[in-house]
Amino acid sequence: MPKLTIDEKEIEFKQGQTIIEAGKDNGIEIPHFCWHPKLSISGNCRVCLVEVEKMPKLVIACSTLASDGMVVHTQSEKTIKARNAVMEFFLINHPLDCPICDEAGECKLQDYAYSHGVGESRFDEEKVHKRKRVELGPRIMFDAERCISCSRCIRFSDEIAKENQLTFVKRGDRVTITTFPGESFDNPYTLNTVDICPVGALTSLDWRFKTRVWETSSTESVCIGCSRGCNTEIWVRNNKILRLTPRQNEEVNETWMCDHGRLNTFKFVNEEDRVDGPHLNKNGELVKVEWNEAYSTAFKKLKEFKPGEIAFIGSAYATNEDNYALVKFAKSLGVTNIDFLRHTIPGDQDDILIREDKTPNTVGALLMGVKPLAGGNGSKQIIELIRSNKIKALYVMEDDLIGDDSEMEKLLSKLNLLIVHASNFNKTAQLAHVVFPASTYAEKHGTFVNFQNRIQRIKPAVATEEMDRTLDGMSQSRWDKFGSKYDRWMQGKKFDANPSWKIISRLSGQSNQQLKYDTADDVFEDIAKSVTELKSLDLDDLGNQGVELGSQKVGSAKTVNSELS
Amino acid sequence: MPDKKRKKDLTFAQKLYLPEIFKGLALTFKSMLKPSVTMEYPEVKFVPPAAYRGRPVLVEEKDGTERCVACGLCSRVCPALAIEVQPEETELEKERYPKLFEINMIRCIFCGFCEEVCPEEAIVMSKDYELVFTSREDAIYGKDKLLVPVDQLKDRLEFLRNFK
Ligand code: SF4
Ligand code: SF4
Ligand code: SF4
Ligand code: SF4
Repeated sequence: MPKLTIDEKEIEFKQGQTIIEAGKDNGIEIPHFCWHPKLSISGNCRVCLVEVEKMPKLVIACSTLASDGMVVHTQSEKTIKARNAVMEFFLINHPLDCPICDEAGECKLQDYAYSHGVGESRFDEEKVHKRKRVELGPRIMFDAERCISCSRCIRFSDEIAKENQLTFVKRGDRVTITTFPGESFDNPYTLNTVDICPVGALTSLDWRFKTRVWETSSTESVCIGCSRGCNTEIWVRNNKILRLTPRQNEEVNETWMCDHGRLNTFKFVNEEDRVDGPHLNKNGELVKVEWNEAYSTAFKKLKEFKPGEIAFIGSAYATNEDNYALVKFAKSLGVTNIDFLRHTIPGDQDDILIREDKTPNTVGALLMGVKPLAGGNGSKQIIELIRSNKIKALYVMEDDLIGDDSEMEKLLSKLNLLIVHASNFNKTAQLAHVVFPASTYAEKHGTFVNFQNRIQRIKPAVATEEMDRTLDGMSQSRWDKFGSKYDRWMQGKKFDANPSWKIISRLSGQSNQQLKYDTADDVFEDIAKSVTELKSLDLDDLGNQGVELGSQKVGSAKTVNSELS
Repeated sequence: MPDKKRKKDLTFAQKLYLPEIFKGLALTFKSMLKPSVTMEYPEVKFVPPAAYRGRPVLVEEKDGTERCVACGLCSRVCPALAIEVQPEETELEKERYPKLFEINMIRCIFCGFCEEVCPEEAIVMSKDYELVFTSREDAIYGKDKLLVPVDQLKDRLEFLRNFK
């Protein structure tokens, strides 16, 4: 392999790599604004200027190809002077309104101003003023003064989202970004530009001004918006989710996620209609009861039916652990009618990320055996059998069978027993005789299998009543670490909910001990013993990038600390 | 126990105590004739100088809005974690304002860091030292108690311009 030297360090590089890429692969970061590893090279910001021996002038590291024997200096006097000058240039017209800017705390310009700026400006004239609140699209606000014209957003729309919607207009210090006439910046991936914009010029209308980023904790998770299972980070303050951002996983979502996943898959977690504590239907009304009462009532009632009169509905929204426990429970009762519902929107798919299967765990549910057991019936027949009064008891875990379907509502109200695990009071839960409050994906440990057969972990970001951020090893913000119960910023609502596997374990514990699990890891261990596809898989093997089933190698755990920018 | 040995035995004059008593009385009589410095608090209130750091307050502009832009810097710098700020968007030019601004007066140690870090001169140390509460909840001051019209804070603002 050819070699070049950067700052006295000899490194190998692949033919065709630029200096900046070769450096990055070897842990040498050369400052950059406009260059982004996933986008084409623009070379306009000039922050990556470096000195190359035998070259008359400084060159930009992002577009200069590395060549064998090249000697590069990134810390020479000449480079540092040039970098300082470029920073000074950027800051001439930048408003420096960090106190009211959402990006503060995660801003590249702020960071570089500290590390590569000289700390003062020689510019006394009036800065150029531009518009500060321009809605570029339904989800994006643009502050023209803050823009440093790096063109990342333009290149992203064109090259990644495949919709060329943005462009520069005007010249010099008047240059600004706009959409093409009559168009709105509204492709399904727009919010990624907020992540990659190196300054606070593009902000998310949803997250804007909700909090300071340093007041939140972040937890690695997986998006539940579709079967892609984009790797995400959940940002929480005072036990409330405030935003999701993508996390790097080259095999799944690279460094992106879609706007739908980002905006529509977390609000229900802190919604008013959460099921808070177990409920029983008493005289036609759902009333909150103690867990033990709910367990014993549910168990007693279930036992009143013959196995053939009972059906179980699992869920592709639930984790493998939940589904596995459900199937095991059904088997222990001798029930063979078991299935789960598919939630696909045919055609709502592209070759970027979005999949038409709108659940995160269809493959996992099938692997866990959520399908009719020998002699049992699938979901279609189960519905028919309810109609003909042959199935009288239905156990639904984490799915809403009714939705907008009023006929289904009528049908389910015929049931003699309806037990539901639900996180929110959906139509099905409202009809139920017993409602168990289910933890959402953001409140539990577990695994999903995405459409690529990749098994990925989720971790709790929001605490339920039984959990404690410190004792349960959850990620903590500064507030979480030092707060006491008397501080309002520590009193965020904790719901009385439990993961479905735990509910099933405690429910079945009324009569048998086979399903006795203390943690989600226990369930996973059991799965790894009995499900062929997950044989001998260890949770530690999953790292934070997951493992493709069938290709599992022991100790292949990969952990990537995303450097999105 | 062994006998304690005094470091130094008293002289006869010292043993008499009288000289010392007269010295003390002389001071007492001298003070009686000087003007009194004791204040009959709470009937008479002490008005501290501008440099005094009483409880932190928020500056209320003449139009009734708060000067604060909810940047959260005071909250970040506060060593006692006394301040909670929750921003929201406003139509005003400043773009954001504090939807919620609370200072926990039990936590506050009157260090004045919040005032020092504020980019807007929106939070300042007042002359108010009378902090009485009967419950933890009462000690958390919201915007209603924190906002003070700018006219009443002229002293401190001027002090800051001169010395900050
Ligand atoms: S809006 Fe942001 S990403 Fe787009 S050109 Fe300006 S600084 Fe770059
Ligand atoms: S593509 Fe699917 S998994 Fe990825 S963010 Fe969108 S909805 Fe979520
Ligand atoms: S005076 Fe000090 S302790 Fe009190 S609120 Fe301000 S920064 Fe916090
Ligand atoms: S530092 Fe000043 S402007 Fe910022 S939140 Fe505190 S009081 Fe408001």
